[in-house]
Amino acid sequence: MLLLLIPLLPFLGFLANAAFGRRLPKSVSGGAACLAMVAAFLVSALVSLPMFGHDPHPVESVIFTWLPSGDLQVPFALRLDQLSTLMILVVTGIGSLIHIYSVGYMHEETDSEYARYFSYLNLFASFMLVLVLGSSFPVMFVGWEGVGLCSYLLIGFYYTKQSASDAGKKAFVVNRVGDFGFLLGMLLVFATFGTLDFQGVAAAAAARAPETAGMGVITIATLLLFLGATGKSAQLPLHIWLPDAMEGPTPVSALIHAATMVTAGVYMIGRNAVLFSHAPMTLEVIAVVGVVTALMAGTIGLVQNDIKRVLAYSTVSQLGYMFLAMGVGAYAAGIFHLYTHAFFKALMFLGSGAVIHALAGEQDMQRMGGLKKYLPVTYWTFLIGALAIAGVPPLAGFFSKDEILFRSMVGTEHGHGSVILWLVGSITALLTAIYMFRLVFLTFHGQPRFAASGGGHDTGHGHGHAASPGQGHDQSHGHHGAPHEAPPSMTIPLIILAIGSVVAGLIGVPQAIGGSNRIEHFLEPAFEVHSPAEAGTQPGTEATSVFVARGEVQSGVTHGEDAVRTEQTLMGLSTLVALVGIAIAGFFWFRRPDGADGVARSSGGLYKLLYNKYYIDEIYDALIVQPIKRLSEGALWKGVDAGLIDGSVNGVGATVRGLSQSLRQLQTGSVRTYAASLFLGVVMILGWYLWT
Amino acid sequence: MVPLTHYLVLSGILFAIGTAGVFLRRNLITVLLSIEIMLNAVNLTFVAVGRQIGTVDGQIITFFVMTVAAAEAAVGLALVIALFRHRETLSPDAFTSLKW
Repeated sequence: MLLLLIPLLPFLGFLANAAFGRRLPKSVSGGAACLAMVAAFLVSALVSLPMFGHDPHPVESVIFTWLPSGDLQVPFALRLDQLSTLMILVVTGIGSLIHIYSVGYMHEETDSEYARYFSYLNLFASFMLVLVLGSSFPVMFVGWEGVGLCSYLLIGFYYTKQSASDAGKKAFVVNRVGDFGFLLGMLLVFATFGTLDFQGVAAAAAARAPETAGMGVITIATLLLFLGATGKSAQLPLHIWLPDAMEGPTPVSALIHAATMVTAGVYMIGRNAVLFSHAPMTLEVIAVVGVVTALMAGTIGLVQNDIKRVLAYSTVSQLGYMFLAMGVGAYAAGIFHLYTHAFFKALMFLGSGAVIHALAGEQDMQRMGGLKKYLPVTYWTFLIGALAIAGVPPLAGFFSKDEILFRSMVGTEHGHGSVILWLVGSITALLTAIYMFRLVFLTFHGQPRFAASGGGHDTGHGHGHAASPGQGHDQSHGHHGAPHEAPPSMTIPLIILAIGSVVAGLIGVPQAIGGSNRIEHFLEPAFEVHSPAEAGTQPGTEATSVFVARGEVQSGVTHGEDAVRTEQTLMGLSTLVALVGIAIAGFFWFRRPDGADGVARSSGGLYKLLYNKYYIDEIYDALIVQPIKRLSEGALWKGVDAGLIDGSVNGVGATVRGLSQSLRQLQTGSVRTYAASLFLGVVMILGWYLWT
Repeated sequence: MVPLTHYLVLSGILFAIGTAGVFLRRNLITVLLSIEIMLNAVNLTFVAVGRQIGTVDGQIITFFVMTVAAAEAAVGLALVIALFRHRETLSPDAFTSLKW
């Protein structure tokens, strides 16, 4: 029952803050929220301990029978295996740090707003924990929908600002499209396999041959599930909500991007690894979508000027990497990247929050610069994050990204790699290094550009915090001299995350350079089938036949002499790529700040295309939003509602009215007419009786 | 003994007179009187038939009819007086406001 406590603690925090938060001082409401998260983290650590032992057994805890209906028996059950162990530690660990950071970041809100913020934050974490702990599709779906709801609430937190509430709605609607796919996929899985339990589905799928030829039912189901994943994890074509999600408070961005929400899609595929492995076509689609998204988002990130938007596109890009890994069957590598990414992306979002905090809500990097000496802690931690994401060894991002690139080249036993995937992935890695260090140089190095523009919040900059009436930073930090470092409640999480960004990758040092890739071996059982007899009530650790057998054969191949050399070569290359990227960024934005503008001017159309994010929002607007609007207004509103529905109701009224118009002529009001008709009536009735 | 047929013929004549009165007279009091004549025509029939078949049922029903007629006359006349106060006339054609 300890498992239940993990999502329950943040949920209790949510209830407390939602019910009484308005009347509580900030220290109590914020403190309670943080306490709930930290407690959840401690419980998670406690229940995770056996998982790291010699003989890890998945633990299952059935809370109650949720949907007892004929063939469909869905218990509300939580299951802890290797994969969910990693996820709950990330969600509660990073989540706790973000909660603590928020105490400092949001301290200028009013008491009730503060409590509202923390109640949403707790609810978010709670749903995410249900999502990762759920032992079947429906339980996962509860969390899946819950994080969608919370993202809507938190992105639109400054709901008095039009752009924020629009962004919230956009996130919700776009997610809905994906959820639709997820739901259909789930129903198809139930129709095919007759169960919704992850273990049961995996066992049933393993009994079938992989659908190598053509589109089978598994392929369709997994494609639908993948559609759900693209919605939650912001992949093409449903990535459009994530950059707009920057309208929310900065710690929320960190929470959405690092610890919760966007990782859900990757996690879902990892959770159903066996199912996806049986649909090679889906895997190819996933790999291609992932790598294209990574490249596209990377190029967009290159030219954005809003500090948070650069990070947002960076997240989309990194998620593309994770999907690339999933698509070539390297599930462990994808989850590994998810885990390291959580550290450095949370670190960079919180760091950008500290910058925004110091500059009174300014988010435009063109009005930053030279912040290194004002915000030393932020600078150094941010730099570590940037080095980690760029893939400089031996920081966290290097190992995970490298594993993915290696796998995208050589493939795994489940999916093929190809040189093209590797090449595009490497180009994206180069772009990552460039845009990240562009961000670093523009923000922290060079001449300060913020003083000249007078704080920036009166320039009508559309998506800055500055336009928000609910934002306290303007009033108190507006014009009082130099930017100052954030309070300890904000810097301490930054430091912890920076340490994490350095060491987190060490659990996955590949064998090629003398490591043991512990994370891959740790996660391995989670991607395999447990024997059917045990799958139901007591999931054991005994993994069955096919996959292990094939896995061993394959790992024999991939860890042979050639593979080791390949891996070492690729590692050298990607380190080189990262350093070249940093050098390019340094050249353009550090040594010669005018050079970048020159390139932007000379490339003309391309720059504009990237700056406007490939016009995808505009295309969607023209292709989907406007037609729907026109259809709704022209046909549904004026045609169906006003014409058909109102028309039929009014028509019934008019008909009755017309009929009574002629009938009421009978009512003359003359007493004698009434008497005569009465008399005639009686005579006729009597006559009828007498005649018959 | 007067045969039944004569009573019935008389009763029919009385009923016809009453009916004609109801339809043709232009005075509500006369109309009420005509209704009384019709009721009495029916009473006559009841009594005559009752005597013919040798029971008192006809007479009992007649008593009921007379009682109801008395009540009806009281209510009817009260209504007539109220209507007269309202319109200063007793012609039934004056009271046609109970229509569309």
